[in-house]
Amino acid sequence: MEDILQPIVNGILLGGLYAIIAIGLSTIMGIVKVMNFAHGDLMILSSYLSLVFITRLGVNPFLTFFGVIPLAYGIGYFYQRSLLNRVLGKEMDPPLIVAFGVSIILQNLLLLVFTPDAQTLMTGLGLKTIHITDDLKIPVNYLLDFLIGLVVIFFLYLFFQKSYLGRAIRAASDDEIAAKLMGVNTKNVYAHAMGISIMTAGIAGILVGMTFTFYPHTGSQYLFIAFGVAIIAGLGSMKGTFVAGIILAVAQLFGGHFLGPGYQMISGHMVLLIVLLVKPKGIFGTV
Amino acid sequence: MSKGLALKVTGIDVYYKDFHALWKVSVEAKEGEIVSVIGANGAGKSTLLSTVSGILAPAAGTIEFFGERIDGLPPHDTVARGLSMVPEGRRIFPRLTVYENLVMGSYSPRSRAKRNEALAKIFDLFPVLKARGEQMGNTLSGGEQQMLAIGRALMSGPKLILCDEISLGLAPLIIKGIYRELRRINEQGITIVLVEQDIKRSLKAAGYAYILLQGKVVLEGTPSSLNEEEVRKAYFGV
Repeated sequence: MEDILQPIVNGILLGGLYAIIAIGLSTIMGIVKVMNFAHGDLMILSSYLSLVFITRLGVNPFLTFFGVIPLAYGIGYFYQRSLLNRVLGKEMDPPLIVAFGVSIILQNLLLLVFTPDAQTLMTGLGLKTIHITDDLKIPVNYLLDFLIGLVVIFFLYLFFQKSYLGRAIRAASDDEIAAKLMGVNTKNVYAHAMGISIMTAGIAGILVGMTFTFYPHTGSQYLFIAFGVAIIAGLGSMKGTFVAGIILAVAQLFGGHFLGPGYQMISGHMVLLIVLLVKPKGIFGTV
Repeated sequence: MSKGLALKVTGIDVYYKDFHALWKVSVEAKEGEIVSVIGANGAGKSTLLSTVSGILAPAAGTIEFFGERIDGLPPHDTVARGLSMVPEGRRIFPRLTVYENLVMGSYSPRSRAKRNEALAKIFDLFPVLKARGEQMGNTLSGGEQQMLAIGRALMSGPKLILCDEISLGLAPLIIKGIYRELRRINEQGITIVLVEQDIKRSLKAAGYAYILLQGKVVLEGTPSSLNEEEVRKAYFGV
């Protein structure tokens, strides 16, 4: 019994991190109807931005949130405004190709600037755990990821429910023409939506960097996690994204725990496949 | 500047890709008037409204709104100037509540300050919307959705509203009610441009009417000056 408690607890906590990795991707898929292939790479870009702040300014990793969050917002905003908006609306393929291109360019740029070496954002929390019983220890890193994930998703929810911009983003995703007729500049709203998406990815990027090691090409690995969570949750549900993050993480850690580390990814993907078979719209999906 | 005119559309040509949808169409609406644009399916009525609101841009011709050129301006500009549209098929936001749908109507920065005032007015006009405030838009009946679409268009505090096929698919009794409220709205000084397939109903409500056929204005006049035979010929093109 104690045997499965640890992977469950770790999985739940890691799920919070997965949710915040996925929430931006899921939002953009639901609203702008674009699969942002560069989501994971933009996330890892933020991990490197944080690294630059730490090494150049010598600041604490936690302080880099203040620098990376607005930067990530701006990057997302201009990514949508100057690239994706130009190819939006006619067919499905052009935005996909643009996003894919940005992904490849980013990976290679990071490789060029930062070399392929493994990096991590040292917080000093890496090995700390909270001792519950001899068989159950809570990694402080994971707990932090979970709590920050919860807070971010809660504020995102408030933003979408209560602000004019948040409502306009939802309205535009329901009916773009009607939103235009309400006076919404939909292209501009999409750019803000991407800004928010990449801002959450930026927060996730710092957390990932604090929790794990990262490389220039790690982004695609997290893109798959984000994609899996978004599919399990169904698009457009904040609560669902959080729960789906936990489902995917627990599935992965269970696979890793019982079958061996090599089975971690595949057990996550099995759950994804099962959800697709049973509930193709996702567990909480409305779209 | 043409005084007293809320809307002056002069000789516009509109294309959908290669399809020539409107041919030198000219339409006017005096301030405070109800103007009706009648035509069969595909005559170009909705194209006309979409062009006025800025969803489409005319290839030629001009559109003036209270004396200012608005042709080619995007919808968020025309809405900010006081032009509002009740779109064909109502286009309620299905996953927003009734209340949120209405609030979206006051998105334009100019309208936000007067949001609560506007809400009170609309709830007075359509009390059912208040009762249904927390329901999702797609749970309303057709008639309620139409009231919501009209209410939403009024939230921006418009000087003119464009109504596209507001009676489509509704029961006669409900249509009657909606037209009654439309006249009340008009009495508050809001100019209304009605687009309808229903000839009788919209002629009865309007002070001036245009009949469109295959993208051209083929007949116009005050409803009393138009005889039924003429209108029918213009409508069907026979």
